[in-house]
Amino acid sequence: MSVAENQAAAGRGSARAVAILSSLGRFLVVAVTTYLGLLAVTFFIGRVIPIDPVLAVLGDRAPTAVVERTRREMGLDLPWIEQFYLYVKAALRGDFGTSVLTTNPVMADIRRVFPATIELATLGTIIGAVIGVPLGVLAAVKRGSLIDQIARVVGLIGYSVPIFWLGLLGLVLFYAKLQWIAFPARLDVVYEYTFTPITGFYLLDAAIQGQWDVFHDAWRHIVLPAALLGYLSLAYISRMTRSFMLNELAQEYIVAARAKGLSETRVIWGHALRNAAVPMVTVIALSYANLLEGSVLTETVFSWPGIGLYITNSLQNADMNAVLGGTIAIGSVFIAINLLSDLLYRLLDPRTKAG
Amino acid sequence: MSAETIQSRREWLLSDRPASRLQARLGRAYVSWRRFSANRLALVGMLIIIALLVVAAFADVLAPYSPTVGDLKNARLLAPSAAHWFGTDDLGRDIYSRIVYGARWTLYVVILVAIIAAPIGLLVGTVAGYAGGWTDTILMRVTDIFLAFPKLVLALAFVAALGPGIENAVLAIAITSWPPYARIARAETLTVRNSDYIKAVQLMGASPFRIVLRHIMPLCISSLIIRVTLDMAGIILTAAGLGFLGLGAQPPLPEWGAMIASGRRFILDQWWVAAAPGAAILIVSLGFNLLGDGLRDALDPRSGDQ
Repeated sequence: MSVAENQAAAGRGSARAVAILSSLGRFLVVAVTTYLGLLAVTFFIGRVIPIDPVLAVLGDRAPTAVVERTRREMGLDLPWIEQFYLYVKAALRGDFGTSVLTTNPVMADIRRVFPATIELATLGTIIGAVIGVPLGVLAAVKRGSLIDQIARVVGLIGYSVPIFWLGLLGLVLFYAKLQWIAFPARLDVVYEYTFTPITGFYLLDAAIQGQWDVFHDAWRHIVLPAALLGYLSLAYISRMTRSFMLNELAQEYIVAARAKGLSETRVIWGHALRNAAVPMVTVIALSYANLLEGSVLTETVFSWPGIGLYITNSLQNADMNAVLGGTIAIGSVFIAINLLSDLLYRLLDPRTKAG
Repeated sequence: MSAETIQSRREWLLSDRPASRLQARLGRAYVSWRRFSANRLALVGMLIIIALLVVAAFADVLAPYSPTVGDLKNARLLAPSAAHWFGTDDLGRDIYSRIVYGARWTLYVVILVAIIAAPIGLLVGTVAGYAGGWTDTILMRVTDIFLAFPKLVLALAFVAALGPGIENAVLAIAITSWPPYARIARAETLTVRNSDYIKAVQLMGASPFRIVLRHIMPLCISSLIIRVTLDMAGIILTAAGLGFLGLGAQPPLPEWGAMIASGRRFILDQWWVAAAPGAAILIVSLGFNLLGDGLRDALDPRSGDQ
């Protein structure tokens, strides 16, 4: 070993620490500016685009006294910069105003509906990953084969299909014709009033309380919307898995592993897939974030009482506080998942240099 | 044409020493076309898009009925038949005719979004890449911020504030879809910024404005076109989603997403009202995806088969 290499080896430990610190610092800067950007955009949408933001919040039927009071409460007489400062301060406290439609604080509404969305998106991502990853691996290993072609077509259709339309057709087939699933809602009316949720995730709650009839009913309601979202994420996950695996399978360590006499199963599932694991985690996280967003249309079709349905119901009633609060809520989680998966990728993968 | 002339023409096209700029360009186009047309799925995609253009252009000829006025008395919610290929909707309008006219609105949306969003991205990306320093940092930070937003939800909020309508939907989609173009344009700019020909133009005294506009932007166009084509499907789906939620095209416009929304009320009994426009959306987005994949493989062999 030369002198230079010795020094390099000694410096490597601290260099790694510096790299991690700088990567955390960068993460903080990016996170803060991105959230400020999100708030700036919603501020712009709520306060700048409407000719009269008070009317946009209250609707045109509000009495004059209320309009005047709201105008002062919203601080519309202040300069824009100050208005934005107050807006950010309120948002950090979780104060997004009151919903006209439900008359609750928007934040309370969001807390109530968010678990339904999380439950749906989580189940969708699980379905997508459990089918998508093996499909992508097989497509890469048997490149050009029938299964590769099928995976490609399945993926392409997933990228091209309007999800709300597929949902409607699914309802016609599985609910109306075959009667395999329950009508659009979260639970049957019978259970709606007797079942007390704990976490807000009905499948989990029913299982904890051992109410298997409720579990079965909840399952019959969630299975189709979750399968549809799962299909969307499957399209994305299988395509990315295939691409990562092709990349890994072309590496020299694969040749070495084969030369050692390892079985093909170990080479593919043990060596290659394991090395593709870090980018795969990122892809699954991103697909989860996309499902949160994709739930807006799916929830509308399936009357699923989550944040997407909340936003579209509020839209129909020109309830801007609720619309923007919902946008910030989805946006925040979306951004958080994006940033965290990026950070995770930088920290876990030794090949990506921080900074 | 004899086999020999075809042979000699091919040789002329593939010549290693083109005698003119025209010959070089035609030769490269020919090579790209051969790569593109070897991909059968890409050809299918191209045919779908050509069909979309033809249908939109000749909607008056192809549609047997009016897209907006129906026969309320005799033709409400009829099942598909020889007279009405895809049946009729709740206002007695022929669904086939509405889909044919709807092709125009689909094209209207994708073309408008592309000509608003792509130039914005091109400008931001090339300026950031060429200027470097603080300009680059600030512009790219803004781009990344927009890139991190959920597109559909943001578009929803924009349309909610602007008011429903197809123009506002276009605007909202364009506002949320320029950032990837800026990233691509910046990456392309960085690869050519320090090349000799840019140095030569600088020495000749060209202004930065002229360099970016005349010497950098043209080089970004081909990767931008690929990306825009690949995004077309997403744009169509977002526009259809907005239409479905009642925020895009307003009745009686025959926009496909809005048609699905109106068919939703009869979905369990008269499923065809919603089925046909959705199939149209699926086919057209599939066409754009296939075409985009093919263009990427043909024009950019580096990223092939990813």
